[in-house]
Amino acid sequence: MEVIGKSVIRKEAVDKVTGRAKYTHDYQKVPLLSGKMVISPYGHAKIVNIDTSEAWKVPGVRAILTGKQYPLTGEAIRDRPPIAFDKVRYHGEPVALVVADTPAQAKTAADLIKVQYELLPVVNSPTQAFQKNAPLVHERLGEYKKEADSHPVPDTNIATLIKIRKGNMAKGWAESETVVEASFSFAPSDHVAMETRCATAEISPDGNIIIMTSSQAPFMVKRLIADYFGEDMGKIIVRTPLVGGAYGGKAPVQLEVLAYMASKEVGGKPVKILNTREEDILTSPCHIGLDATVKLGANRSGKITVAEILYLWDGGAYSDKAIDVTRSGATDCTGPYNIENVWCDSYCMYTNHPYAAPFRGFSHSELSFAIERTMDLLAQKLNIDPLELRYINAIMPGNTTPTRVRLNKSNVGNLQKCIEKVRGLIKWDEGPVKVLNDRFIRVKGVSCSWKTSTIDTDAPSGVILTFNRDGSINLMSGVVEIGTGTKTILAQILAERLKMDVNKIHVRMEVDTQTTPEHWKTVASRGTFMGGRAVLKAAEDVIHQLKELAACVLRSPKEDLEIANSRVFLRDDPAIGLHFKEIGYGYKYPNGNTVGGQIIGRGSYILRHLTPLDPETGAGRPGPEWTVAAYGVEIEFDKRDYTYRLLKAATVVDIGRVMNEKAAVGQVMGAMSMGLSFAGRETFYFDELGRVLNPQLRTYRPLRYGENPEYLVGFVETPQIDGPYGARGVGEHGLLGMPGALGNALSTAAGVSLHNLPLIPELIWKAKEANK
Amino acid sequence: MQSHTITLNINEEIHIVAVKAADTLLYTIRGKLGLTGAKPGCLNGDCGACTVNVDGWPMKSCLMLTVEAVGKKVTTIEGLRETPIQQAFVENFAFQCGYCTPGFIMNCHSLIQQHPDADDQTIKEWLESNICRCTSYIEIEKAVKSVLNKK
Ligand code: FES
Ligand code: FES
Repeated sequence: MEVIGKSVIRKEAVDKVTGRAKYTHDYQKVPLLSGKMVISPYGHAKIVNIDTSEAWKVPGVRAILTGKQYPLTGEAIRDRPPIAFDKVRYHGEPVALVVADTPAQAKTAADLIKVQYELLPVVNSPTQAFQKNAPLVHERLGEYKKEADSHPVPDTNIATLIKIRKGNMAKGWAESETVVEASFSFAPSDHVAMETRCATAEISPDGNIIIMTSSQAPFMVKRLIADYFGEDMGKIIVRTPLVGGAYGGKAPVQLEVLAYMASKEVGGKPVKILNTREEDILTSPCHIGLDATVKLGANRSGKITVAEILYLWDGGAYSDKAIDVTRSGATDCTGPYNIENVWCDSYCMYTNHPYAAPFRGFSHSELSFAIERTMDLLAQKLNIDPLELRYINAIMPGNTTPTRVRLNKSNVGNLQKCIEKVRGLIKWDEGPVKVLNDRFIRVKGVSCSWKTSTIDTDAPSGVILTFNRDGSINLMSGVVEIGTGTKTILAQILAERLKMDVNKIHVRMEVDTQTTPEHWKTVASRGTFMGGRAVLKAAEDVIHQLKELAACVLRSPKEDLEIANSRVFLRDDPAIGLHFKEIGYGYKYPNGNTVGGQIIGRGSYILRHLTPLDPETGAGRPGPEWTVAAYGVEIEFDKRDYTYRLLKAATVVDIGRVMNEKAAVGQVMGAMSMGLSFAGRETFYFDELGRVLNPQLRTYRPLRYGENPEYLVGFVETPQIDGPYGARGVGEHGLLGMPGALGNALSTAAGVSLHNLPLIPELIWKAKEANK
Repeated sequence: MQSHTITLNINEEIHIVAVKAADTLLYTIRGKLGLTGAKPGCLNGDCGACTVNVDGWPMKSCLMLTVEAVGKKVTTIEGLRETPIQQAFVENFAFQCGYCTPGFIMNCHSLIQQHPDADDQTIKEWLESNICRCTSYIEIEKAVKSVLNKK
């Protein structure tokens, strides 16, 4: 291996340290109109009247979109008006959209729009939404258009229910001797990508719709706008330059729709909509909340025999991607443990909260908090070491998942190895608690995770390779560069396969849905796997073409040819051969005759054997493989005021194969940082009107420099046989176990079982007080 | 609102621009001068993505009016040329999406100039004003220390 595993510097590195890297909002042109939203100040209210007369008087105002029923949008259920009509269902929901010549004019006008509301009763949690007489968020749930595998229940707040029924529950309970049951709850929070979402749209006279957007799913934008508005799909051209952080939050399609509608309203002129930070937090989709109840039964030796699980996901006002998150949560509902008898109901609930986007880990960090805390409670009751309990129940080849997929040596990693490695990294054997003095103690907590990626069964990924005259290669893939460095890894895969210098491979960073082959969505840690397989296929295509041409020029059978160092040559006599620059554009004989032409390689990949879940039992194959990981967190706890300091955080993940060492370590550490931030401090604070009280980075405070612990990262490499060079996804996994491990450490430290996030001192104090 | 024509010294170049009294420096350098390296992240002084250097000190350009920059020397990320801190960010993988990077680099660059022997506490005080959502901060710590130690 020459290039795989090496810490190759990312292709766009120089642009990023010189300020030349461009993101959606950095593209400017004249004229470019500005769109500004008016957003709902309440969680649930009837719109009585909207008065735009003053706003229209502001010079420069070109259009005001409001008070009209636009086509309903939404991925799994068409339940969301792009601009609220009749009533608002969450704080931050767009009520009107002003289009003006400058951002200042648009803002001035937006502030002058007077909206009169009549308050409606608020559904402020998924548990409340689940009650029999809860107010309805959607009165006409039964009338919406929907996908076949969404199961909304009319006259309730249930957007969908996913059921898992595996094994025999009565048998499971009969075999168990120890039972624990616990409930957990946390409110929605936010992704806080540093780049707020932004989209521009224009419609040219020939009907082309050109959209630029900060998105993880430009191809989805194209599909959905065609679908929602009956536009010609080929006329929709979506461009996505570099994206300034996404973490799942930029997978939904929202601002693009508004920008398109705005442009249409002003005769196709270009319109830009840029979220303020407050809008990015409130209006655009957030990180899902969860209420969970977990009941586990185990026999005397600690083997878990049965699990009964209820998940009530806080999908917010609109179901959009929350339905998929709910399904994904059901799929891996038990955590990475082998349990024969499983019953799980995973509900996507409508509430009057901002609606949910995917969040890095797609339901797994959230459910993992509930499962891993319950695992510790079980260990306590059984009087078994918590790491040992996880070890003896660890999922393995030969076991089945909750959706009854039989695991093998390739489609699941080695969790026991991860546990062993983390045990060493965090020095678990020195004991979980170390008393420093009568005030401070150092405490460790552990957790595990697994994850498959539930994605569409027909999700594609494609790659095109073209040659330059100097023999270098251009690589084009629909993967969006959101910061994960995936496109650099694709170049490494190509370099490895062609045995060439990675610096001779040029990667196109921008995605343009007209000329870039589709990559379904840049989500779910699937870029390397699917994009990588497509690269390998395109490389085969190129190799075939190069050898074909060289065979003719060199008058040699194809089978005798070899490719390396940008040359095609005779295996037995490498001196005889051709450089790529001599054949990449066809071969020119001395007399000028030329054969062949520019070599263009193509490759595409589609995941195989995926099936939807059975609606009654959940049986089905939702994803290609399960990546597993084990975690540890160590804190220093102050028993006097319940504050704590993060000392160490460790993750060991079975990554299949390390493709780029430093990039992989960076992904895992960055994910841990986000996980600790989510677990330890991030949440929306709602008032009784469903208003988010902290929609600013001053009051919603992610981890900052110096607040971070020391990070320890370890890898296990159990190759996924059908992955490129054996690699598994790694973008999300560092995050998944952090809430559980931190919750376990703090529960031990405080001597009280903690069931909520974020784990702030006040929460610990409340739990202590309640326990007195 | 009325426009004024003012003279700004940015990246060692003199620029004559028409601005309104309420325009922030961030708005002017991005919108009028096309220097889009400084990024908006909150427009409220909370995130540091818009950090530039004014007379040698880091400044959040969303908090400064353009007219306040008259007579001062402003350096943006575009004004840095192959500085050790830029190289250190590359070598240490101190960014992923890169959106916070210009702000962090400008902050680090000022820190290195003002406190070439900064200790951990000083580094923390300076850098906690910026948010990076992708990295773990350890990479940024390594990058800035690798330059500080060389000095
Ligand atoms: S944009 Fe200036 S500090 Fe956030
Ligand atoms: S690199 Fe993405 S926010 Fe810092």
